[in-house]
Amino acid sequence: MFKLSWRNSLRHPLRSGLTISGMAVAVLAFCLLRTVVAAWYAGVTTASPVRLVVRNAVSLTFRLPMSYYARIQALPGIKRVTYGSWVGGTYIDEKNFFPQIAGHLPTYLAIYPEFVIASDEMSALLQDRRGCVAGRKLAERYGWRLGDLITITGTAYPGRYELVLRAIYRGDAPTVDEGRMYFHYDFLNETIKKRMPDMADMVGWFMVQVDSPELVGPVSEQIDAMFANSLAETKTESEAAFVLGMISMTEAIILAIRVVSWLVIGVILMVLSNTMAMSARERLGEYAVLKTLGFRPRHLAGVILGESLLLALMGGILGLVLTFPAVYLFKTSLSQYFRVFPLTNLTLALGMATSLAVGVLAALFPAWQASRVGIAEALRKVG
Amino acid sequence: MNEVKPPLVVIEHLYKSYRRGGQDLPVLEDISLTIGDGEFLALMGPSGSGKTTLLNLIAGLDRPNAGRLTVGGTDLTQLSEAQLAAWRARHVGFIFQFYQLIPVLTAFENVELPLLLTPLSRRERREHVELALELVGLSDRKAHYPGQLSGGQQQRVAIARALVTDPTLISADEPTGDLDRDSANEILDLMCRLNTDFGKTIILVTHDPEAASRAPRLIRLIKGQLIRDERNDARSCHLAAPEPGAPENPPPAGPGP
Repeated sequence: MFKLSWRNSLRHPLRSGLTISGMAVAVLAFCLLRTVVAAWYAGVTTASPVRLVVRNAVSLTFRLPMSYYARIQALPGIKRVTYGSWVGGTYIDEKNFFPQIAGHLPTYLAIYPEFVIASDEMSALLQDRRGCVAGRKLAERYGWRLGDLITITGTAYPGRYELVLRAIYRGDAPTVDEGRMYFHYDFLNETIKKRMPDMADMVGWFMVQVDSPELVGPVSEQIDAMFANSLAETKTESEAAFVLGMISMTEAIILAIRVVSWLVIGVILMVLSNTMAMSARERLGEYAVLKTLGFRPRHLAGVILGESLLLALMGGILGLVLTFPAVYLFKTSLSQYFRVFPLTNLTLALGMATSLAVGVLAALFPAWQASRVGIAEALRKVG
Repeated sequence: MNEVKPPLVVIEHLYKSYRRGGQDLPVLEDISLTIGDGEFLALMGPSGSGKTTLLNLIAGLDRPNAGRLTVGGTDLTQLSEAQLAAWRARHVGFIFQFYQLIPVLTAFENVELPLLLTPLSRRERREHVELALELVGLSDRKAHYPGQLSGGQQQRVAIARALVTDPTLISADEPTGDLDRDSANEILDLMCRLNTDFGKTIILVTHDPEAASRAPRLIRLIKGQLIRDERNDARSCHLAAPEPGAPENPPPAGPGP
């Protein structure tokens, strides 16, 4: 009977081809959109459970005095503290956007052990005030080599910052963002002191590393309590919560993407259901003949389900195969927005499972229709 | 002493009606008849006389509203749908006017279909199918699809499918209605051979008097009532013309399992 399902599935080449293509496009879109959402959340998955972000309670755009550094460091349960600021500069042209963070590099890079830097490069970086470190993908993107002069034009901190590439880091896992640049906060602060003294000695955030994950809550409360009723009150949260907070600003977009990804599946379900209903309607006479020969409704349901599953499977496999080049294209063309584009096995499995579920659902009505076909009535119509 | 065989089909006061537009339209009224094992019977009558309905009831494709209907000692009115399907698969072979072959399956695969419901192995199925195709003279066309065969050849494939399970009864609904005279004669010859050589009970529904004339027994229906039941043993099933390549000494038993 599998042979019958297989031959039926290819009986109308144009119709089958269009249905398979539709399924492939739907699975491709589904996997791609899921990957986009996963890319959005990549920061959450890479967040450390022992890292805290301390920012201004009003908003991230308000800064905190650098004098908080010593006071935070004095709290019990804290292993390491560092600070950083978002520079928001551009490289040569405005379209060349990538995150630049000015931080206290000896502690900042210690807090981020997932950034792997060769020891000689690390020494060179820490010894050069104008030194900077870039992620491997960022360096590849612009063809940078160690020793290259990189000029950043600041927006959050106006001015031109001439940096020397002293180190290139790579991530210790595929999900680690290799598209950032870090340079010394002191170098930035010196320039600011000359041009905008009001903004000097202010940082965007403090990063705190606690001794163990269970200290995240108590330490957060202690930090916020310490600066309560000050001019710059703090809001301390885990790194994951901080990233989620950033993502929540774009929650509507993510929701829309998720809805669209399921709508696409809904549309292909209707397309495949229509194909199967048309096929079943055309073959009611054949189903009546099979019933005449003694085949039971479950046999007919099996033939129809087999055909539907084969179409869905072919479309699903084609869609998954196409997902790889599509994700690669997305990754390369949108690398400045999505530095991590994780096409996971779960997404692929879900894409396949969804296409099979569509295959089963699309067969339900035609199978029910075929199981109810009255032999005498159907043969009379065919005859 | 000659042993009298019990009739294969016993019909008593059979009624059948269809519901159309909220009304019950009687199709068969108070039909009573018996059909002996190994008989070749033609059912004739104008369109709407109920001959196909009667055939469908005897072959277990439909159910009567009232009356008694037993075939081979089995009361068909008492069987569930599943039991009726199993009974049909085991005891009845079907031949239709428009062949009703599955177009995406080859002649071999079409003939094999009823055997898929049996516990036969693949090798045994192949042997039965090849024998059935040989009996209808289509051994060399087994890999052809229905669309690659003429009408007469398609009907012969359908006959092979009908006899591959070695059924007791063969139900033939206008088997020559879509064929030219020569092809029709070939089909009728084949059916005669199934009746005379293999002892199959054949019920043939036809509009064609020439086809009906091959059958030793002729029943006429008009408006759902049995008008005439003629037996003419002198008119025993005969071949219209010798068929080239037909086996002179056909095998003693049918090809079925």
